[in-house]
Amino acid sequence: MSERETDSGDTAPGDEAAEGEEFAGGTSGYVVGLGLAALLTAAAFAMVNLPLVWRPAIPMALVVLAIAQMGIHLVFFLHVTTGPDNTNNVLALAFGTLVVLLLIGGSVWILAHLDHNMMPMGRQMHGFP
Amino acid sequence: MTAKAQDPYRMGRGGGGDHNTGRGEGGPASKRTTVGYGFWIYLLSDIILFSGFFAAYAVLAKQTAGGPSPHELFGQGRVALETAALLLSSFTCGLAGVAAEKRKLVPAQFWLLATGLLGAVFLGLELSEFAEMIGKGAGPQRSAFLSAFYGLVGLHGLHIAVGLLWLGTMMAQLWVKGFRPQVLRRLMCFNLFWHALDIVWVGIFTMVYLMGVAP
Repeated sequence: MSERETDSGDTAPGDEAAEGEEFAGGTSGYVVGLGLAALLTAAAFAMVNLPLVWRPAIPMALVVLAIAQMGIHLVFFLHVTTGPDNTNNVLALAFGTLVVLLLIGGSVWILAHLDHNMMPMGRQMHGFP
Repeated sequence: MTAKAQDPYRMGRGGGGDHNTGRGEGGPASKRTTVGYGFWIYLLSDIILFSGFFAAYAVLAKQTAGGPSPHELFGQGRVALETAALLLSSFTCGLAGVAAEKRKLVPAQFWLLATGLLGAVFLGLELSEFAEMIGKGAGPQRSAFLSAFYGLVGLHGLHIAVGLLWLGTMMAQLWVKGFRPQVLRRLMCFNLFWHALDIVWVGIFTMVYLMGVAP
């Protein structure tokens, strides 16, 4: 086994590629990631405090900024790439993302419909402790 | 490992070499890869656990039962500080990983210590927020919104607290045992854990705090 315990065709999650230069590798990759993440965080706080976008669009803008920042974290901090040595990690991540989207999206969707249908009773109950 | 036969099915970086991916032709994967992959699966299941709490919060956020609303409870200053502390600790944790890869003990310990201190700052800010809110009568029993809030944010804080314990253990192991392969593997898993917690926090500060105070 070599000094750094790696395989040439398969990379552990969070490890940089064993061969070749990685786009988001090394200390400079972390610096770039930190800068981009800080920029997106600042943008998210600016959305709420400055009159930059149409008010009803603010939640959607926040969601977009959050997803962008999660992508930055994945690429620059967790070294998830599209390289062939990362196929297993990306497939597991894709399945996890699918379950998360089903869980959150499905709950919000179904319960929003239920809430809509329950509206008259909701009004009646309003004011009760 | 001498034949450099071109593999027409291999794509991306390198574009062909003496190994194939995911077909078992290179022999079993190294322990680092399998341990990391197993921990990756655990992290994804942990994120699915979080998504259940996120879904509960999204559904219950408006059910304040006449109690205080997010607008009245959440200030942005503390959340901005918490976010900065956690993002910086994720950064220093990455630098600790880079230093450990290069077998540099003092920088690795320094960055791990910085990670721990920033994590402790985050946890302290969160606990002071909880104490302040409970002092104002906005405890978890007050409304469905507050139950979901304490469940989600408290679960994240619990992960951070466990992570801090883990971090202290890693610093001690690095100190006593040095850069053994198993210590490096544990350090890699800790790195993954800490970055994943920062990703979850991005979701929390967006959905709970910023959407809560948005006009």
